Amino acid sequence: MGYEILGLPMAYYIAMVLKVLVVFVFVLLTVAYATYAERKIIGHMQVRLGPMRTGWHGLLQPIADGLKLFFKEEIIPSQADKFAFLIAPVIALIPAFIGFAVIPFGETIEVGGYKIPLQIAAYYDTAAGKVVDLNVGVLYILALASVGVYGIVLAGWASNNKYSLLGGLRSAAQMVSYELAAGLAIVSVFMLSESLSLQKIVADQANGAWYAFKQPLAFILFCICSLAEINRTPFDLPEAETELVSGFCTEYSSMKYAMFFMAEYANMVTVCAVTTTLFLGGWHGPGFLPGWFWFIAKVYFLIFTCMWIRATYPRYRYDQLMRLGWKVFLPLTLLNIVVTGIIVSF
Amino acid sequence: METFFFMIVAAVAVLAGILVITCKNPINSALSLILTFFCLATLYVTLDAPFMAAIQVIVYAGAIMVLIVFVIMLLNVRTEAGRRSSHSVLFGSLIGLFGLFQLFYLLNRSSLTGQKGAMDSDLINKVGHTELIGKALYTDFLLPFEVTSILLLVAIIGAVILTKKKI
Repeated sequence: MGYEILGLPMAYYIAMVLKVLVVFVFVLLTVAYATYAERKIIGHMQVRLGPMRTGWHGLLQPIADGLKLFFKEEIIPSQADKFAFLIAPVIALIPAFIGFAVIPFGETIEVGGYKIPLQIAAYYDTAAGKVVDLNVGVLYILALASVGVYGIVLAGWASNNKYSLLGGLRSAAQMVSYELAAGLAIVSVFMLSESLSLQKIVADQANGAWYAFKQPLAFILFCICSLAEINRTPFDLPEAETELVSGFCTEYSSMKYAMFFMAEYANMVTVCAVTTTLFLGGWHGPGFLPGWFWFIAKVYFLIFTCMWIRATYPRYRYDQLMRLGWKVFLPLTLLNIVVTGIIVSF
Repeated sequence: METFFFMIVAAVAVLAGILVITCKNPINSALSLILTFFCLATLYVTLDAPFMAAIQVIVYAGAIMVLIVFVIMLLNVRTEAGRRSSHSVLFGSLIGLFGLFQLFYLLNRSSLTGQKGAMDSDLINKVGHTELIGKALYTDFLLPFEVTSILLLVAIIGAVILTKKKI
């Protein structure tokens, strides 16, 4: 363990790789079983059984789905733009997963004399006696969210299909408008925590009340805008089945379709994790269970809420969506910032 | 180590920059430009400026380029036909050569660094990069900041008036 790279002992790098592996595998499993949970939960809410045939109560359904998609024929439309068509699912998938790099999912644990924070892009500074993480963690997540839109836009354009193009255009407009409102909603959180570092935001909530209680309006607005940004019902216009025959992914088949599917669910998991960190106190909870347990419990509760919303609300119309974003949410977030500013300064 | 990293990022940035102007397909050009922005963001990170890096990606790659891609998609220009006139090639190369000459002149002058400001890397590490930018923007550069915001407001109102037939 005597080696040092860029001023940090080797053990930190080993720990980082291990954290990446564990988190990635866990998120992948969550994504796979979120598809199952969604079908099951919506099924029961609509007084159906959901998948029942593969395994006990359909528990092997995600594996069966994966195998089926894997062995399907790969079709690329002859008039499609090959390069953009191939790269679009990748662009959609990668930002959805790497957002987890900055999210703290547990307390600092001690292994073999080294203190290791349960956050991928962070290390324990022994000299300063605190955890050092990316000090613009929230902005990193916002940046990734803004990159994810390219996957959908490119897919829509490259397919050379009217419906796909419409889906892609809708998606671009929707994500750009709601990103703004979501970004402004969390500005009020920064004003309270006086930092962009997620560690600091979580620590602040442990000392005081959760930001969901201090900033209820920002919390609600952020949740709704996030739903719109990850294209979930009631804002799933880009892939509206009834009018656009699945929108941007009409022409996609086999594993490329599976990648869009995974990206959608991974985005949902990431957004729920971000909401937990920013508003629901992160990994803090009653002390008798470890921090990562509370973190996972909160994230899963939010995922369940997403599915609940999907089972409850019908889809918005495009003009309603735009009006809601620009004329209701944006002024409300600005008002929230002004009010928070006045309260903080007195 | 850091020089090696810089070399890789710079090579990708230059390559992507060349692709922006040589690609026949406008969408591929736009994608290359986004790649260039990412390389720039990476360079900002290596310069201890993570806030600038994040803003670079959010504003340029995330907002401006999405609009450009949006417009390209709506115009539905697949590949650019060869209707570029020789005049524009001539003028373009002249301006390019002039810029290149200026760049070499600047790089060959010995005093490139200029006056040293109050914010050095020690201060950045102590106070924080984001906090310093905020403080500078809202105290020393308050007037330019406000003037910029008014300029943007004017632009927004102008765009609304241009697109709306009946106000």
